[in-house]
Amino acid sequence: MAMSRHTLSVLVEDKPGVLARVAALFSRRGFNIESLAVGPTEHPAVSRMTIVVAVEDLPLEQVTKQLNKLVNVLKIVELDPAASVQRELLLVKVKADLASRSHVLETVALFRAKVVDVAADAVTIEATGTVDKLAALLRVLEPFGIREMVQSGMVAVSRGSRSMTGAEPRLRSAS
Amino acid sequence: MDAQHESLTGAQSLIRSLENVGVEVVFGIPGGAILPAYDPIFDSKKLRHILVRHEQGGGHAAEGYAQATGRVGVCMATSGPGATNLVTPIADAYMDSVPLVAITGQVPSGSIGTDAFQEADIVGITMPITKHNFLVQHADDIPRTIAEAFHLASTGRPGPVLVDLPKDVLQAQSSFSWPPVLNLPGYRPTTRPHAKQIREAAKLMASASRPVLYVGGGVLKARAAAELAALAELTGMPVVTTLMARGAFPDSHRQHLGMPGMHGTVAAVTALQKADLLVCLGARFDDRVTGKLASFAPGAAVIHADIDPAEIGKNRTADVPIVGDCRETIAELVPALRELYAAGNRADLTGWWQQVDSWRETYPLGYEEPTDGSLAPQHVITRLGQIVGPEAIYVSGVGQHQMWASQFISYENPYTWLNSGGAGTMGYSVPAAMGAKVGRPDTTVWAIDGDGCFQMTNQELVTCAIEGIPIKVAIINNGNLGMVRQWQTLFYGGRYSNTKLDSKRVPDFVKLADAMGCVGLRCESADQVDATIEKAMAVDDMPVVVDFVVGEDAMVWPMVAAGASNDDIVAARDARPVWDASDV
Repeated sequence: MAMSRHTLSVLVEDKPGVLARVAALFSRRGFNIESLAVGPTEHPAVSRMTIVVAVEDLPLEQVTKQLNKLVNVLKIVELDPAASVQRELLLVKVKADLASRSHVLETVALFRAKVVDVAADAVTIEATGTVDKLAALLRVLEPFGIREMVQSGMVAVSRGSRSMTGAEPRLRSAS
Repeated sequence: MDAQHESLTGAQSLIRSLENVGVEVVFGIPGGAILPAYDPIFDSKKLRHILVRHEQGGGHAAEGYAQATGRVGVCMATSGPGATNLVTPIADAYMDSVPLVAITGQVPSGSIGTDAFQEADIVGITMPITKHNFLVQHADDIPRTIAEAFHLASTGRPGPVLVDLPKDVLQAQSSFSWPPVLNLPGYRPTTRPHAKQIREAAKLMASASRPVLYVGGGVLKARAAAELAALAELTGMPVVTTLMARGAFPDSHRQHLGMPGMHGTVAAVTALQKADLLVCLGARFDDRVTGKLASFAPGAAVIHADIDPAEIGKNRTADVPIVGDCRETIAELVPALRELYAAGNRADLTGWWQQVDSWRETYPLGYEEPTDGSLAPQHVITRLGQIVGPEAIYVSGVGQHQMWASQFISYENPYTWLNSGGAGTMGYSVPAAMGAKVGRPDTTVWAIDGDGCFQMTNQELVTCAIEGIPIKVAIINNGNLGMVRQWQTLFYGGRYSNTKLDSKRVPDFVKLADAMGCVGLRCESADQVDATIEKAMAVDDMPVVVDFVVGEDAMVWPMVAAGASNDDIVAARDARPVWDASDV
């Protein structure tokens, strides 16, 4: 059974402790979380968690079924990379003195990233993109010297016009 | 306030809500944080509160009550250590899917998170062991939260739910109205089985030549014993009942092979191993039943019917998964099979039954008489079951005595065998027996406990004596932690590290029983067994404790060692069943 990464988009009730419940579930069942991002949705009482799990195919079914047992979980959809838009945000502080600054800025332009802070010997770069794009950017910046980096978890949404929460505000739970 | 809303304190709202959902009994101990709730309890005409001696006893009593009656068991405790004392029974209820609502006090909202006196994050602590839990932040939410808690505990796959109530919320004024509107958009259990799955299952069942009905606790929770009997008799298939399902199918029925698993009968274990179809009804392929998963029932297709979709495919792939309530599922299978049988689709099970019967005859359950003249625990338990009869409720602790009680007593009726299966909690027996007796006061209730277990929770006998709950307790007293000692005998060369409890009758269980307001009896030889049991049965207004002093070397057989394959079942010490080529 191959190990693979799966992106789960999970709609949860916006109630205190829901994040802890989901994280605790993954921990006690031994499921491997690669990244987890949570934030509001277009519906006031509903939050969305985007979870990237590294599992074999059979345990993924268990992950989904166990998640569904949580009373606060409303719906779970696996987002296929080919049929969804997946993005992460990267902020990286790179050494850039007078000699190397122009080279760093060239790289920034090549990746269509932005400079959001400038100091005497460093610049802070902001980039968004797929995991692969950000990894490539980091590889190119590596030789200059990376002082610090912070990367968000993945957020993703399906391509097309349908919404995961459905047309009406009242939600149906997953079965 | 309009006619539909009353102004009540949070505490009054709590008690009124409990009354309105039909609670008759609460097992609890008051304390600082939960104190406001106890004032309306004092006046309640509908709620009986039983003051226990340890919150753990209250929790197990609520479990025993639930398992004996099918109703939701309720226990109550204060914050901090009161609440944490409920953790073991809550975990126990989670593992055995027992409908339980635990109500705990909490420090005032403003003090939460400050390490206040008797503060514990019980919601956090019980998150992994509850079906769901609630921290109530507004007194107005109490009626809805209580209704939701009872709904969650008792529907779908039953389980424990905890409701944590800060003291200021109990003291606040609130607007009470009933019935509340539940708000659980993420909870929609599937109870109705899919018609197509039923048809597929029936087809497999009609054509299987070596099928077994693998019956689990879910059949009892669905109250489906009658439907199961109809299915079994229609199909003529062999039936095995797991530790949590004993009593779901009468032990005396000729189609019953007994209990499967680590200490199951050779016939039951072998039938599962050699089957070509397992019809799993409300069971979960627990490791105690399957042994090494990779070699469990290697030739069998699997129909898995359960109300919890997460159990299906968790340990064993299901060829036909059926999500739904067991009673509805079994009731739908019967006509589907009748139709197939009427059309001539029916495999012949004669050859299968010949094999199964030969296993039963060659390897019946039995035990060795002790050679040192000591009393055989298996004899005590056998006679207890025979004299007391199948209408009583038997509530066991955990260990060797539990296995013998599940093997040597004939269970003919559902809800007459109560024990801690999934968690295996020592100390479950006495308080759970108390709860069962409260739920079914006209039924004789016998706790069968080990001497190790008994020393953990016996203080609830004081509760029984004072509250008029006349349970009977048979202590199978071998002076040791028997099951652990058995493993040390078999796997640690007889190095009995820390398993000997008593060498000089300390404590003296008869004196202890007397001190707790109970009748204490002792039996030390085989010829006294019957008379002692009858003496215990003659007392019906006080709890009775019988100290059965038994030999320490008795072993539980058959046995499949942990991590071993079921093919390696050992019927008695050094006696493996020998299969010849004609066994499939």
